[in-house]
Amino acid sequence: MTPYLLDLLYLVAAVLFIFGLKALSSPESARRGMFYAEIGMLFAIVGTLLRHDIIQYEWIIAGLTLGSIIGALMAIYMPMTAMPQRIAISHSFGALAATLVGIAEYHRLSGQIETGMMAALGFEVLFGSLTITGSLMAFGKLQELVKGAPVTYRFQNISNIALFAATFAMFIYLIFNPGAMAVFYVMIALGLAIGVLMVLPIGGADMPVVVSLLNSYAGLAASATGFAINNKVLIICGALDGTSGFFLSILMSRAMNRSFTNVLFGAVGAVKHDGNAAQQEEKSVIRYTPDDVAYILERAQSVIIIPGYGLAVARAQHALHEIATLLMQNGITVRYAIHPVAGRMPGHMNVLLAEANVPYDLLFEMDQINEDFQNTDVALIVGANDVVNPAARTKKDSPLYGMPILNADQARTVVICKRSLGAGFAGEDNELFYDKKTMMVFGDAKSTLTSLVQLMKKQELDVKSAA
Amino acid sequence: MNEFIDPLYILVLGGFLGLEVIRRVSPTLHTPLMSATNAISGISLVGSLVVAGGGHDTLSTALGFVAVTAATINVVGGFLITDRMLRLFKRQDRGRP
Repeated sequence: MTPYLLDLLYLVAAVLFIFGLKALSSPESARRGMFYAEIGMLFAIVGTLLRHDIIQYEWIIAGLTLGSIIGALMAIYMPMTAMPQRIAISHSFGALAATLVGIAEYHRLSGQIETGMMAALGFEVLFGSLTITGSLMAFGKLQELVKGAPVTYRFQNISNIALFAATFAMFIYLIFNPGAMAVFYVMIALGLAIGVLMVLPIGGADMPVVVSLLNSYAGLAASATGFAINNKVLIICGALDGTSGFFLSILMSRAMNRSFTNVLFGAVGAVKHDGNAAQQEEKSVIRYTPDDVAYILERAQSVIIIPGYGLAVARAQHALHEIATLLMQNGITVRYAIHPVAGRMPGHMNVLLAEANVPYDLLFEMDQINEDFQNTDVALIVGANDVVNPAARTKKDSPLYGMPILNADQARTVVICKRSLGAGFAGEDNELFYDKKTMMVFGDAKSTLTSLVQLMKKQELDVKSAA
Repeated sequence: MNEFIDPLYILVLGGFLGLEVIRRVSPTLHTPLMSATNAISGISLVGSLVVAGGGHDTLSTALGFVAVTAATINVVGGFLITDRMLRLFKRQDRGRP
């Protein structure tokens, strides 16, 4: 394959990738779009394999086979709740590939490197190495292999900044002295250390921002690879990946009420938590039973369901949708309101609900539905807390203050299914629990919702037999 | 240095294009978007292939082999899991069992 033809093929691949991403604008076209992207990838790989400078195939075939097996097994057996972990670890794989290519390239050129080339290589291995360990840490925290709570110590920020400055100085030094091999490898080692230290102080609940940001870093590393080996399709894909991750991390940080600079420097999760102090005030809560909820729901005309991650933890999505289906059969309007950080990563809750056969046209984003709560009879909140906490609007000293929330408190009746009165991740007491129009139902979401389904089915039978 | 200006143009314009495309992605599909961009960025496989099959020394080949494996995991796994997720999304009329 001539270089010109191959470049043309890469261009076709890049166009197909862009079509693929464009098709994600609607679930209707999304699968077809991904098919285009797969074709593009096939073109690029086959074209590359036909290059003249590829002369031995045994290790290529071994790598392709091994990678395909691992990738397929992960894709088939990974449960949807574990999607954030899977995405995190795959950023690690992507960054690993970029870093190794960078090292191999540096090794092959053995010091005879131009300034621009060295800048690209240095950037590639630096971003690559910190993404490798950063993503592994995020994976560990999400999979709960590593303690999810933020790890903090004295002078943490100062020592991290110093370490980063030292690493950056090495990067600059290398640009002008590309032959300094020891510096190159020490820089990679420091990059790996920075990845760990960067994610250490970040709590499990803040992972949506971190995973998005690492997505962006992995993209930047891929782009730098494109600079180093002069491959334009790599630059384009890295740019797409980089902006996508960047965009999502801004979206997530806004939804979680964190400033943009906070995200940039990776210093998320630094808010001090004092969850227990808030609970010590004596406030009375009226406990309701599933019977009461069934009574209220069946007399409603419109219901908005607010699912939180607690729903997914209790694996109660199917039971929840069974309730929604029963209500809809009785002519009650049912919609789902999805807060951007309802799951553990952008759009996670939508996937979890889709898996429970909830049609996607019943799912509404916060901005689409927030005005409708005031005309809604019942807001049914399952396993969510911070995203409906009115303190975000009023209480200036709260860590939640300013965070966009779902206006559940404007509904005529609020039903909250929750395990306990415990505060959410932000550690802020939720005054909505003590509101007169709020019905608190304590217990495991799955057993509560399942008994609710049985009650509603039974009442339906009673009505039928009475008629 | 001059040969780095052309790729820089591609990077910057590609970034702006990416932003325009990704802004229009339905928020419902943000998780599949992440796994899709992940699969697409597995294109770094093309760089890994050249390292693994270039017939350089053992170290390069070994690094290349690991890189090919890691990138292939992302390409194959990424596209498969994106499709698995996208299959779940159904409209109301067709969504009822």
